[in-house]
Amino acid sequence: MTVTDIPLQAYLVVAAMLFCIGVWGLINSRNAVRVLMSIELMLNAVNLNMMAFSSYLDGAQVRGQVFAVFIITVAAAEAAVGLAILLSLYRNRDTVDMEQFNLLRW
Amino acid sequence: MSLALSTQLVCFLLLSGALLLGALGVVLLPNVVYSAFLLGGVLLSMAGLYLLLNASFVAAAQVLVYVGAVNVLILFAIMLVNKRQPMEPMGGLLLRRLLSVVVCLGLLALLVEVALTTPWELPGPPSIGEEALIRIGEHFFTDYLLPFEVASVLLLMAMIGAIVLARRDVLARDVVTGEPADQALLERQRTPVLPSQGGSSPSAPSPQ
Repeated sequence: MTVTDIPLQAYLVVAAMLFCIGVWGLINSRNAVRVLMSIELMLNAVNLNMMAFSSYLDGAQVRGQVFAVFIITVAAAEAAVGLAILLSLYRNRDTVDMEQFNLLRW
Repeated sequence: MSLALSTQLVCFLLLSGALLLGALGVVLLPNVVYSAFLLGGVLLSMAGLYLLLNASFVAAAQVLVYVGAVNVLILFAIMLVNKRQPMEPMGGLLLRRLLSVVVCLGLLALLVEVALTTPWELPGPPSIGEEALIRIGEHFFTDYLLPFEVASVLLLMAMIGAIVLARRDVLARDVVTGEPADQALLERQRTPVLPSQGGSSPSAPSPQ
């Protein structure tokens, strides 16, 4: 392994930064669509971790890639259902402001 | 991947820079349409990183599913719910932002610490390169067969659920003439489940 080779930790650090940006966006977004986009960012960060481990530690059996494909599938289902819920919520409440969806707030 | 190492390094730096800047733009830009397009850029650079990691199949799946389906779905949702209303100001927003920045930086420090101090078993077994596609297919139809089938059922359930949730209620008969209105999309009068708060729709009287 030469000096200029990309270490595994570089991918992990990039994924960690992407995950933290996603968490920040999830907490602070007031637009409900942006909340869904932040969730996509977090799912992608996890996927990047999976792919890095699959390439560096499990090069023969690429199980990380299999899991990444499953995560992509679940993320697509989540996006479809989430946006449908958002659409129905918008028809009922006439807003996309997360602060006004407070029916279940104690 | 048979690129030179310096080329790989430059590609990695460019892609991860575009990834992180785009992600910051997604959460920080005030216009949500720009955020959606930047999300497409983020997903594309993620596909580039997958290519650097010898995973051409997952990179193609990423481009097809994320950029082609999820991002377009998000854009359609923005078009459907794009209401240009200023968000009502609320107290404690700045405090919440600062606190969440502190929490996220703490989480980042924890994750980076774990990533850097864990003794990974490097170098692992040599990568099989482009044969990964064959290996993924073997996994899907032998030891990961049950999750694979469950994923197809999940997609079907999500599709039906999304259709049921997002469907508009359509009258079966025209109110005036009594004739069947099949394609006319005569919508039932929309009655919100809850009275909207904050007087955002002053025309609807409160039902109390």
